[in-house]
Amino acid sequence: MGLETIFGSGFITSQLNKIINWGRKNSFFPLPFVTACCGMEFMATWGSHYDVARFGAELPRFSPRQSDLLMVVGTINHKIAPVLKRVYDQMCEPKWVIAFGACASSGGFYRNYATVQGIDRIIPVDVYIAGCPPRPEAVLEGLMLLQKKVEGEDVLNRGAPIMVNGQAYSEDRLVHVEPPVDHRADQVVASHEGPGVHPWQGFEETERR
Amino acid sequence: MTPEAIHGALQQRFGQAVTAFEADAIDPTVTVEASAIHDVGAFLRSEPGLLFDSLMCLSGMDYGEETSSLGVVYHLHSTSLRHTITLRVEVPRQDGVVPTVCDIWRTAEWHEREAFDLFGMRFDRHPDHRRILLPDDWEGHPLLKDYQVQEFYQGIRVPYEGDPPEIGMDVYRFQDREDPV
Repeated sequence: MGLETIFGSGFITSQLNKIINWGRKNSFFPLPFVTACCGMEFMATWGSHYDVARFGAELPRFSPRQSDLLMVVGTINHKIAPVLKRVYDQMCEPKWVIAFGACASSGGFYRNYATVQGIDRIIPVDVYIAGCPPRPEAVLEGLMLLQKKVEGEDVLNRGAPIMVNGQAYSEDRLVHVEPPVDHRADQVVASHEGPGVHPWQGFEETERR
Repeated sequence: MTPEAIHGALQQRFGQAVTAFEADAIDPTVTVEASAIHDVGAFLRSEPGLLFDSLMCLSGMDYGEETSSLGVVYHLHSTSLRHTITLRVEVPRQDGVVPTVCDIWRTAEWHEREAFDLFGMRFDRHPDHRRILLPDDWEGHPLLKDYQVQEFYQGIRVPYEGDPPEIGMDVYRFQDREDPV
């Protein structure tokens, strides 16, 4: 962006942070790097039923140069790992990465010579989505976590630590998404005891450290 | 035709090249000399009364340190006569070569490439002798019993044993540090 280079980091930049991040977090252009069965859940999430257009990320670009969110969907083996690295390198800043499912996050149950044991051996990852494959609800929760993270970023210094849900995350960009089934069970229990509010009914405030 | 009859026909035709026969195995298996496998295959394919027109599977084998030999197992089936037989060859680990059968059964071409890819089997007169699954610049043949996984492939760490997530992750795990910045 041009303005913050003119004005430096002052009052105007802090307000620019808000509006730039607001634009960024509501207009992800995901690049689906689909290699395995998680792609089915990706398609389900991007279909009309779950309607990812609510989050402004409904338009997948199949060119790394036109996208800012790399979704690694499925098992990455060593034969395709250099390709993934190259695709990541071809994306322009700012860029984010979601590891979609167990295989992309950790290699999953493929403990063998052929599979990369988590794509964070190759590229930095912002959000890990658990599940084999993750349900669309988990994917949406991961996407919203990434939105929270983007909301708290400093446009001039994207490496500065950020608070998301009361936890500090730094340049290395690590956000854990726990399986949503636990949360849902808690919500069901809580709703029987009192007025339950689903966590997706409102965003929590993102604080900066 | 019963497996015994097939074995008999092979022994009558090839004599000493047919070395062993396991009749009571789940898949009755005839072991033949590696150098004769191409002739045996052509005979089984074309002989009236045998007509093995389908190579169902071709597998590489590693018979381990004691025998120090590699092998190839051929599962054959005749779709017209509906009988089945298994062939087996064994070659030394070092410089063992098996004649290709991909001019007899076309499907053997890719199967033999796979056996080469994962076991390092050499096939004589194969038209396209290169890896099929792993990258061309991969080191070693992974299904060998003495396979040692390479340390890096194109700058990416390969080993998975003794490499729990902590090793790769501690540089990333900012929030777990004693003194978060």
